[in-house]
Amino acid sequence: MRKFILISLVSLTLISMFYSCQTAETVQQDAYYVNGRDLYIKHCQNCHGAKGEGLGALTPPLTDSVFMKANKEKLACIIKNGISTPVTVHGQVYEGKMPEFNLADIDIAQLIVYITNGFGHKQGMYTNQQVESDLRNCK
Amino acid sequence: MVSGTYPPKAVMAALYLFLIKHYNSWRKTNKYLQLRYTLFLPVCTFARTMKFIMRPQSTLICVILLAFTLFASSCKQERKLPIYGLRDTKTVKNSDGTQGIDTVYQTIPSFKFLNQDSVYITNDNFKGKIYIADFFFTSCTSICPVMHRNLKMISEKFKNNPDVMFLSHTIDFKYDTPSVLKKYAQKLGVDGPKWQFVYGPKDSVYTLAEKSYLVAVNVDSTNRDGYVHQGYLVLIDKDKRIRGAYDGTSAEQVAQLEKDIPVLLAEDKK
Repeated sequence: MRKFILISLVSLTLISMFYSCQTAETVQQDAYYVNGRDLYIKHCQNCHGAKGEGLGALTPPLTDSVFMKANKEKLACIIKNGISTPVTVHGQVYEGKMPEFNLADIDIAQLIVYITNGFGHKQGMYTNQQVESDLRNCK
Repeated sequence: MVSGTYPPKAVMAALYLFLIKHYNSWRKTNKYLQLRYTLFLPVCTFARTMKFIMRPQSTLICVILLAFTLFASSCKQERKLPIYGLRDTKTVKNSDGTQGIDTVYQTIPSFKFLNQDSVYITNDNFKGKIYIADFFFTSCTSICPVMHRNLKMISEKFKNNPDVMFLSHTIDFKYDTPSVLKKYAQKLGVDGPKWQFVYGPKDSVYTLAEKSYLVAVNVDSTNRDGYVHQGYLVLIDKDKRIRGAYDGTSAEQVAQLEKDIPVLLAEDKK
């Protein structure tokens, strides 16, 4: 019995140690998330709101997980070049125009990590290289 | 040696007279009065009070006094909003025939602008009401969305009060025609007679903003949006006077505005 308790305690400690270690990627993602939040406050929050709730029918909210998932590759283009075509978010059509934000690739990557992991989303990491390749496919 | 008192009586008398004379003239100077009220009186009062408190039988009186003071200070005095802007005076005839001086406050002059329904809006639409005025433009991406997000929250709080209105002036005289304003109001979700969005020529809107509402607005070609302006929400009373200006982008100041509106409404009830 004593042996059993000892073994289970040791293994529990080992498992918790293993799980508490963050991988290099998670650490980087957290750093991106934090920087992305600052960028969001500076560039996006005025219109999209502190909780990504949008503003009336003027600015779409960023809380539609389906939209965010389906359009993840377009996010970089939308931020970089703005958008003037209507978008449907949460079933509502938003026709306003979003201005372009001429940010560096790294900033866009950090911003996208923030908006796709905050506001109830959990889409994980998004790198510099992905921004680059997504921007090449902008229409 | 000279016998007698030292210093001699005559000298003492002279000194005494000299002191009395100067003391009396000094007493009449402002310096003495100042000292008397700022130093002597408080010190003496404090000393006397301390002496009184030290007496054991006065403890009860002290407790009663303290309780009374606390009670009195808990009754808050009614808050009143300040009146902003330049002031002038005028001579008026009192009811008993004498002449008196009255203050003339700065007021919002009469205006006439097209609103989102292409109907002319003038001062008369705000007669007997208090309103909150601001300056914005629909294509603004910087402070206007925040201002209107906050103002919308306020308007929802007071939506059942017919005495509170809202007046947003566009400073984009090129693009923000009534139809654009209408679309904006609908999209913001506040399209109604309570919140007026008005369009006017550059001269009149800009002059009104800077001279009357004391809000800086300007065209700025170096700015991405093309215009710069201050984000104040200006509270105007029933007599067209400025009673408050709140930064529409600051959550605390907007909360203050929300608290000040009932104060202003209560003032007019009397």
